[in-house]
Amino acid sequence: MSADVGKPRAVRQQILLSGVGGQGILFLTRLLAEAAIAGGFPVLTSETHGMAQRGGVVVSHLKVGGFDSPLVRTGRADLLLVLKRENVPLHRPFLADGGALIVNAPVPTDAGSGVRVHAVDADALALSAGAPHAVNLVLLGFALARVGGGTAGGFFCSGGEIRGALLRRHAGGGSRLDDALSALDLGIAHGT
Amino acid sequence: MSDRILMQGNDAIARGLVAAGCAVAASYPGTPASEILSSIDRWRKKCGATMHVEWAVNEKVALEIAYTAAITGLRAAVSMKQVGLNVASDPLLSAAYLGVTGGFLVVSADDPGPHSSQTEQDSRLLAMMAKVPALDPASPAQAMALAGTGFDLSEAFGVPVMLRPTTRVCHASQDVDAPPFRPPVREARFVKDPARWAATPAFRRKLHDHLAEKIAEIAAWPATAPIRVNPEVSPAKAVVASGVAFAHARELFGELGISDRIALYQVIQPYPLHAAFIDHLLGTYAEILVLEESAPVIEMQIADRRRVLGRMTGAVPGTGELLPEIIERLLSRFAGLPLPGRPLFAPGDGRRPTLCPGCAHRSAFYAIRKAAPAGIYPSDIGCYTLGINLGAVDTVLCMGAAISQAAGFDYAHRLSGRQVDIVATIGDSTFYHAGIPPLIDAVVQGARFVLVILDNGTTAMTGNQPTPGSGFGAGGEATAAVDMEGIVRACGVRFCRTANPDLLPEFVALLKEALVHARERNVAVVIARQPCAMVVRGTAGMQRDVIVITAECTGCSHCVTRFECPALVFDEVANQVRIDEMTCTGCGVCVHVCPVGAIRMGSAGEKRS
Repeated sequence: MSADVGKPRAVRQQILLSGVGGQGILFLTRLLAEAAIAGGFPVLTSETHGMAQRGGVVVSHLKVGGFDSPLVRTGRADLLLVLKRENVPLHRPFLADGGALIVNAPVPTDAGSGVRVHAVDADALALSAGAPHAVNLVLLGFALARVGGGTAGGFFCSGGEIRGALLRRHAGGGSRLDDALSALDLGIAHGT
Repeated sequence: MSDRILMQGNDAIARGLVAAGCAVAASYPGTPASEILSSIDRWRKKCGATMHVEWAVNEKVALEIAYTAAITGLRAAVSMKQVGLNVASDPLLSAAYLGVTGGFLVVSADDPGPHSSQTEQDSRLLAMMAKVPALDPASPAQAMALAGTGFDLSEAFGVPVMLRPTTRVCHASQDVDAPPFRPPVREARFVKDPARWAATPAFRRKLHDHLAEKIAEIAAWPATAPIRVNPEVSPAKAVVASGVAFAHARELFGELGISDRIALYQVIQPYPLHAAFIDHLLGTYAEILVLEESAPVIEMQIADRRRVLGRMTGAVPGTGELLPEIIERLLSRFAGLPLPGRPLFAPGDGRRPTLCPGCAHRSAFYAIRKAAPAGIYPSDIGCYTLGINLGAVDTVLCMGAAISQAAGFDYAHRLSGRQVDIVATIGDSTFYHAGIPPLIDAVVQGARFVLVILDNGTTAMTGNQPTPGSGFGAGGEATAAVDMEGIVRACGVRFCRTANPDLLPEFVALLKEALVHARERNVAVVIARQPCAMVVRGTAGMQRDVIVITAECTGCSHCVTRFECPALVFDEVANQVRIDEMTCTGCGVCVHVCPVGAIRMGSAGEKRS
């Protein structure tokens, strides 16, 4: 790769990822953070560990670009990804005006005015694909396709860059990589 | 592609320690510090470092092991959560007097909030009490750098040094450049000096004088002096911040545009605060706002009370985490700006944590309530604290207290002429950590209660670290394993039986037998042994049985409220319970829970491949 190809675009993005313990919020956070680093951006995240991981509310903050604080303040998130729809009222205050809420729900959730809402029944999709634990990647794929990647108002990275991050994570290939890529593609297909 | 890699704060601390030549590392797991030791072992293997890395039986033992390596001239570190430092405080305070010859770092991770702790205490206060310097990183990258600085400081003055990250550093991740690993060339060499290493009180006074001199010198050590962020301006006000509160403040200085009218300093070493810095602050600024977590450690060292605003003056909230929204308000007020209109985040009622589907603790708790419905249930620290959801946990104090509290309840009620059934629960890791002395005490004093040791073979809550009974160590290497039944019997317990709590009817019967023994004689121990569901779930080739809810379900909710398995979901429309296929492990314990027999195992044909 030549030196100027990976030159950082001017990106400053704050993302909140919300779910309950066991849904794979932490995995999604790190995947996005790794994609940010591969894209040449500084990244800061804040994760939930400990007792909350036993099925309680789990939230990750992800800040891409030049930030100092690992936490997103209320009203500042560009994107809010919600894997458990009952968390929407809890974490909705973090979303900025004009931001986008992407939620795992059969029908769009009411999130008040000033935000775009995109819903997908990622549970049903993951179950039908025989991969209930890949619901996180289904939602991420859907989100990337629906709000766009590498474009204004969309994610700082594209679906292809997430695919690249997955390939680096499972460098040896194998069934876990295949499962992850199919789940991502399933989400992308439903968001396109 | 960038050379930078994503590192969690705990991983970065581990890398910093290994790169700086740490030779001995010990820990007991506890959120938010748990990942430090497992990361040390990963970096040890990756760098090819020669180290002793261990999960110790508790924090006191861990600190003593690492400290002793540091008096042979090696570099050593111990890591723990803040309440673990309470357990290890006895050796720490003495070690400060005796000092070290090799670098010795005590990593104590605080949890303002608290997010996953019993208290939001500030380890820096214990550093002050012990008279050891404390370093306060603001980010994973800085924590990694301060691991090396801490060793240098420790060796420059021959004192233990505390590295105090908080949850927002430990569990933040950041892109960092890993420092290179240089293999240390030291050999352990213990130089006998009983007047120092075994000092009697007369010598301790001299050692204390010497320690006070060292602390005065450390308050002038250049490498840890405070950093001025915006030296180009000369305003009348200053913000002095440390830890992640500094990171929040720095970002907000930019966003609020106040860098030209307020000076911003980062304190890296809150204790001892640099003496020249205190003079500079008081000689320069009319008002000083101090932002730190979670106690006013910096604030109390700045002597002029009229000019300092902080937690002691009430300008900064006295408890709780300093979230960036709170700092935004404090800085806006301090700068004379209008306050932001957006409300603070109020953590609502979101879903509460619960035991995992298929967790055998759930079976044990359900059985305890069946066997001793009017009992008192002292419990302890671990996943099984969540037995509170099942009404089977009445008290949680600190590590090991379930057993002493069970005894305390017995003595107190007997004084009043009453006998109550007392069933205490404690996990295997917690039992080894702090449960053995209180069990000995209970036997000696003739206490009457049932102790259920929930033995899932792992330290589950913190990420499945091994216990002394596991038979393997921090890096998966084989170790000796202790025999739990043998320990219980050696404590003098006469009734000690082991069973699988998932065999619910049999387990209830065993508990009833233990209760009879406790009422008539003395302490009875039941070991509830079944592996952690999180560990089993990772086992390849596991087949899941199908659980079926039949039409007989009356919608009574007994299974949902009393058994509270996340895989049992009450369907309000159908007024019946259904199985959540996403989470059900097929353990089948709920079959014994339904009062009308409406839950059954699926037939062979219904089995999933």
